[in-house]
Amino acid sequence: MSIAENAPETVIEDAEEKARRKSMQIEKAAKWLLPVVALGAGLGLWEFIVWWNDIPHYILPGPTLVLTTLVQDWVMLFQALLITLQITLMALAVAVIGGVGLAVLFNQSRWIEMSFYPYAVILQVTPVIAIAPLIFIYIDSRIAGLLLCAWIVAFFPILANTTLGLNSADHNLRDLFRIYGATRWQKLRYLQLPSALPYFLGGLRIAGGLSLIGAVVAEYVAGTGGLQSGLAFRILEAGYRLNIPRMFAALILIAATGVIIFVGLSFLSHMLLRKWHESALKRDG
Amino acid sequence: MPKTLPLDQRPPLMRLDGVDKTFGTVTALQGMSVQVNQGDFISLLGPSGCGKSTVLRLISGLMRPTSGRLTWVDPPKRNDLGVVFQEPTLMPWATVAQNVWLPFRLQGKTYVEVRDDILEALRLVGLDKFQTSYPRELSGGMKMRVSIARAMVTRPKLILMDEPFAALDEITRFKLNNDLLALKEKIGCTVIFVTHSVFESVFLSDRILVMAARPGRVIEELQVDAPYPRDDVFRTSSEYAGFTRKASDALHTAMEEAA
Ligand SMILES: Nc1ncnc2c1ncn2[C@@H]1O[C@H](COP(=O)(O)OP(=O)(O)OP(=O)(O)O)[C@@H](O)[C@H]1O
Ligand SMILES: [Mg+2]
Repeated sequence: MSIAENAPETVIEDAEEKARRKSMQIEKAAKWLLPVVALGAGLGLWEFIVWWNDIPHYILPGPTLVLTTLVQDWVMLFQALLITLQITLMALAVAVIGGVGLAVLFNQSRWIEMSFYPYAVILQVTPVIAIAPLIFIYIDSRIAGLLLCAWIVAFFPILANTTLGLNSADHNLRDLFRIYGATRWQKLRYLQLPSALPYFLGGLRIAGGLSLIGAVVAEYVAGTGGLQSGLAFRILEAGYRLNIPRMFAALILIAATGVIIFVGLSFLSHMLLRKWHESALKRDG
Repeated sequence: MPKTLPLDQRPPLMRLDGVDKTFGTVTALQGMSVQVNQGDFISLLGPSGCGKSTVLRLISGLMRPTSGRLTWVDPPKRNDLGVVFQEPTLMPWATVAQNVWLPFRLQGKTYVEVRDDILEALRLVGLDKFQTSYPRELSGGMKMRVSIARAMVTRPKLILMDEPFAALDEITRFKLNNDLLALKEKIGCTVIFVTHSVFESVFLSDRILVMAARPGRVIEELQVDAPYPRDDVFRTSSEYAGFTRKASDALHTAMEEAA
C-alpha cells in the first residue's frame, strides 16, 4: 500500500495529454460562450426584425424596449416577483415536508401505503389548472389557495423519488443492520434516509421548477388580487392593457426565477453529495 | 493474549443438528450436522450453489432452518457476531471511522465512548491513517479491511465471512490472509469462512468442511493439523502442498457426486 503512496509525483506530459487538456479547456469556455453568443445573436436579430418591419410595440416590442420597461416598472414587477417567489418557496417547503413525510409513512406501513398511494397518483395526474378553480371556491384565503395548488404539483416527484430511495438501501447493509439488532428507527435514520438522499435531491430539483409552475398557474386562475398579486397576475393585467413590453419583462423575471431555483437546488445537491455519491464525483480522463 | 487450544480440547460454541433448508423445490442444504468449537477456524469449501452462504445466513439468524436445530452454548447477544460479506458493504456516505462505529452506534453508544476501540480496530487492519476518508477514496483491499475492522470492533465471539477476498487480486489476498490470521489470534475469536479456493482454505483454517451441491451437503471434514502462526514459509512448504492435494481431491469428489 505505502509504496505507491510515497512515490514522487512525476509531471510528465506528453503531446497527447497536452492536446487533451487543451480541448478540455476549449470545451469549458465554449459551454459558457456559445449560449451567450447565441443569445446575443438572437436578440440582435429580434431587434433588427422589429426595426426593419417597423412592427408596432403593442404587437412585438424589441428587446431594448423590453429592457427599458423592465427597468421602468422595476418597483412594481419586483414587488410581484417577491409575492410569486414567496408562494413558490413556501409551496416547495410544504412539498418537501409532505413528500418526505408521506414517503416515510408509506415506507413504514404497507397498509397506509396501499390505502393512500393511489390517491397521491390521482392528485398528480389530474392537471392542476382543472382543480384550481374548485380550490378557490372552497378556500377563502388567496395565499392558502395558491399554496395548495403549487403544493399539489410539486409534492409528487419528492414523494415518488424518496419512496424509491428508501427502498433502495443495499441488501447486505440491511442484513447487517438486522444482525446487529437495529430498531426500525435506527434502520430508517442510519440506513434508509441516507440511501434516499440522492433520490430525494433529484426529486427536489424537479419539484423546485414545478412549484413555480404551480404558483403561476394558480395565480392565473385566482385572478385579481390587488396588492397581493404576483407576476402571473401582472402578465394578465398587462395583457388586458396591451402593454406587451411589460408582459415580456415579467416573463423574463419568471424565467430567471426558475433558472435561479434550479441552479440553487443543483448547487445544494452537489454540496450534500460531493463527498460520496457517484453523481457528484469528478473523474479524471 | 488468548491462546488457541488444540483441536480436540476446545469447548463447544454452537452446533447444527440435521439442519435442512429448502427454498420451494430447491434443497439448498440437507442434513448438516457440525459442532463449532471456540477458537476454530472453519472453512466451508465447495462449488457454487452448494449452500455455503445458506449456512452462514442460518447461523447469523437471518434465516431459520426448514428442519433440524441450531443450538448455542451461550445464546449470542447483539455484538457476539461479526459478519463480512463478499462486497465490503460499507455505507458510502460515512467515513471509515463512522463505518466501523456502526455496530456500537446501533447499541446506542456515542462515538466518543468507543473511539479507542474504533481506532484500535483500524490500527489492527493498518488503516488508522484513513479514519476520515470516505469509502470511495479507498482501494478494494482497503475497503475490505474496513469491513473486517467493523466486524471485529466489538470483539465478537464468532465472525462469519462469506468469500470476503474473492474479488481481490492474489497479492492483496495473500496479504489479507496473513493479516486475518494475526487478527484472529489477537482477539481469540472463532471464524467460519466461506471460500471457493482450496489454497485459501488450507492456509487459513484448521477445519475444512468440503461441501457438494444439489442437494447442498457436507461430504467430508478435513483437519489441517499445522500449527499457527502460519506465514509465507508455510505457504511454500511441502506440508501445505500435501494438505492442498487432500482438499483438492475431496473437492473433486464433491463435484463428481453432484454431477
Ligand atoms: N433466497 C433464496 N431463494 C431461493 N433459492 C435460494 C435462495 N438462497 C439460495 N437459494 C438456492 O440455494 C442454493 C444454495 O445457495 P447458496 O447461496 O447457499 O450457495 P453458495 O454455496 O453460497 O454458492 P456461491 O458459491 O455461488 O455463493 C442455490 O441453489 C440457490 O439457488
Ligand atoms: Mg454464496
